[in-house]
Amino acid sequence: MLLSTRDLTKSFPGTIALDRVNFGLKAGEVHALLGENGAGKSTLIKCLTGAYRRDSGDILFEGKPIFPQSTLEAQAIGIGTVYQEVNLLPNLTVAENLTLGHQPTRFGMIRPRAMQALAQEMLAGYGLDIDVRRPLESYSVAVQQIVAIARAVHLSGRVLILDEPTASLDAREVQMLFDVVRDLRGRGLGIIFISHFLDQVFEISDSLTILRNGRHIATHPAADVDRMQLITLMLGRELEEETSVRYRPEVTGTSADAIRFTGVGRRGRIAPFDLTVRKGEVIGMAGLLGSGRTESAEVLFGAVPSDSGTVEDANGAVDLRNPRSAIAAGFAFAPEDRKTDGIIAELSVRENIILALQARQGWARPIPQAEQQRMADDYIARLDIRTPDAEKPVGLLSGGNQQKVILARWLATNPRFLILDEPTRGIDVGAHAEILRLIEDVVAQGMSILVISSELEELVAVSHRVIVVRDRRHVSELTGADVSPDTILRAIAAPHTTLEAMA
Amino acid sequence: MNIRALPLYATIAIFLLAYLICYMQFPAMLSTRVIGNLLTDNAYLGIVAVGMTVVIISGGIDLSVGSVIAFSGVFIAVLLRETGMHPLAAFALLLAITTLFGAAMGGMIHLLAMPPFIVTLAGMFLARGAGYMLTIDSVPIDHAFYETMQRAYYLMPGKGRLTLLGVTMLASVILGMILLHRTKFGTNVYAIGGGEATARLMGVAVGRTTVLIYAFSGFMAGLAGIVFSVYTSAGYPLATVGVELNAIAAVVIGGTLLTGGSGYMFGTLIGVLTMGLIQTYIVFDGTLSSWWTKIVIGALLLMFILLQKGLLRLRISH
Repeated sequence: MLLSTRDLTKSFPGTIALDRVNFGLKAGEVHALLGENGAGKSTLIKCLTGAYRRDSGDILFEGKPIFPQSTLEAQAIGIGTVYQEVNLLPNLTVAENLTLGHQPTRFGMIRPRAMQALAQEMLAGYGLDIDVRRPLESYSVAVQQIVAIARAVHLSGRVLILDEPTASLDAREVQMLFDVVRDLRGRGLGIIFISHFLDQVFEISDSLTILRNGRHIATHPAADVDRMQLITLMLGRELEEETSVRYRPEVTGTSADAIRFTGVGRRGRIAPFDLTVRKGEVIGMAGLLGSGRTESAEVLFGAVPSDSGTVEDANGAVDLRNPRSAIAAGFAFAPEDRKTDGIIAELSVRENIILALQARQGWARPIPQAEQQRMADDYIARLDIRTPDAEKPVGLLSGGNQQKVILARWLATNPRFLILDEPTRGIDVGAHAEILRLIEDVVAQGMSILVISSELEELVAVSHRVIVVRDRRHVSELTGADVSPDTILRAIAAPHTTLEAMA
Repeated sequence: MNIRALPLYATIAIFLLAYLICYMQFPAMLSTRVIGNLLTDNAYLGIVAVGMTVVIISGGIDLSVGSVIAFSGVFIAVLLRETGMHPLAAFALLLAITTLFGAAMGGMIHLLAMPPFIVTLAGMFLARGAGYMLTIDSVPIDHAFYETMQRAYYLMPGKGRLTLLGVTMLASVILGMILLHRTKFGTNVYAIGGGEATARLMGVAVGRTTVLIYAFSGFMAGLAGIVFSVYTSAGYPLATVGVELNAIAAVVIGGTLLTGGSGYMFGTLIGVLTMGLIQTYIVFDGTLSSWWTKIVIGALLLMFILLQKGLLRLRISH
């Protein structure tokens, strides 16, 4: 083993991030590290690279225990890391970035030609034909990524950790990067590869290690595992045989008054997709974290404006340049992380509820106090928000009640299309059921809803159809009897080739 | 073409254009006399701007330099009046003090993770106050060595005088160019200006470099103080109020990005000369109020800030 851990444990207040993890990396292999967010991948990497101090257990490099205290020490030992955001300096030249800290000098002065020659030499074998005298920022992210790899390999040279290196690359650039990775594997480096993109994982990896909730779940040769097994291991749930019975009212709208998204998308975030949202329809969106679910929602709401395609409804084109115009068009978006993107903890329940409506009206025309009070009381009763009164700061309510306040905020604007990103995350079972019931209520009144959720049962329970997102593209749409946890899971796991047959 | 060098080219173009306009109106301005005076009159500003360039490229700011120049003048004048010390010894002592003063500010900026603006603002009041503690009057310097220094010049063709002060400034700029563009320290300065966290991850000794940056600025401010005291033959605690802002303006007009990470030492020289040129033009004209200098400098600054914003957009978009 080139690099291995023995019973590596690391805990933070309240959680055990790594629980006696055993991991082994051989020289000359690409070893993928897999797991949902929070599984412990980053913590493991940070322990290996010295960014975190471990609580207990051993890290062995070529059989000898090591105790890296910083990324620089890890580098000196032989462990280099390249992150998703390129950790180089865009304002320096390529040559300066490659040689920073070990520039060739004479009498204390840098020798520019020798520095450029050294940089050229470091880049040799990476298939890059670039002018090392130009600033790094004048090259694409893929090239910068390869420059970062060249630096890391030059400085450490034994173990290379690639943390989500392909997240902002397009398909051609990914192949360019993979050629480099294969070449480095051939030179005998041990490479740890972390990615949300399962296709890429299967393409490049020799072995897979799956972590879940800080525990080592399994390590297999990549060839011995199929997608289905992998996802089952990552999510930690078995496929269910029976399909649960669902009740769904018929969609009331026709395609005539639907909102039609055609070819909308955003380069590097989500591939262009089509979506037709009919009145009174609930559309579910399933996929692994980081697969492009939230990115889709952001494009649909104009938070990250689409760079292609058109959006139309019965009245013609819909302007979605930014959230403001989306709200004006009758859209609403309750984002995933309510703590940072949703509630304003210091403001009262009433103020949080009227926020979006007031913003749409413009601050020059305040909603009368009595009207605010009436609306707040109305939603507190309708949504059963547990609060002593409407003036209590939202931050003091429980998670489920905070979520209801956000729902109330958007319902108050009476939107025609409501996007809910993980509406039930982190709330208790009772509130969970109430929110699902609420979705059914508002849909019956003709509102359209897009629900993004990791809870497959929840999607199945409320959705008329389910869109499956994988590797930043919409890969499949399930309707009618096909909407079941089982089929959704299969669609998440399916490789691209078998897609058409399934959908 | 390197997009980061564009502001430098713009600076040079503006300087040449401004000089051309001046020359067309007053042909006498293209004489070695005017050029010699331009260098001499702006020597202290040019020297302090060299230090400021390094500070600004690292993403920092040094507001203390104006006060340090005034302190230097007073310190030297009082020292020469009270003791029989040779001016050169006084200079050495002063440079040690201002360098340490700068290093201490750099150390605080790094260790306390304080914004350079605040720390050097405190330094500004401290140095000004220290000057007042030595004297509240203007103290004349009357020393034979001073006269020697003032008389030291090289007579250029056309009777222009390349004075010792002018040469000191040019030498400072060349020293600054070597330091910034040809040493590891210089690359580290750009690295910190480009992103301190990334620079640290890449192995730059951020703390040591920060201390050195402000120590260098302190040294340059001390040197500017010496030059200013030779230029005026006096030390006065109320002198050079706001010179730090002139230095910052010269650096920005010289094409350095105020947010750090980008700029050239040569641009700063051109920035200083551009500011001096405007002043010279106003002297030649004779009817204009000297406040026009400030107005033109303000307009130039605004133009360069807009230019850099535009370039930033260009960089992000491609």
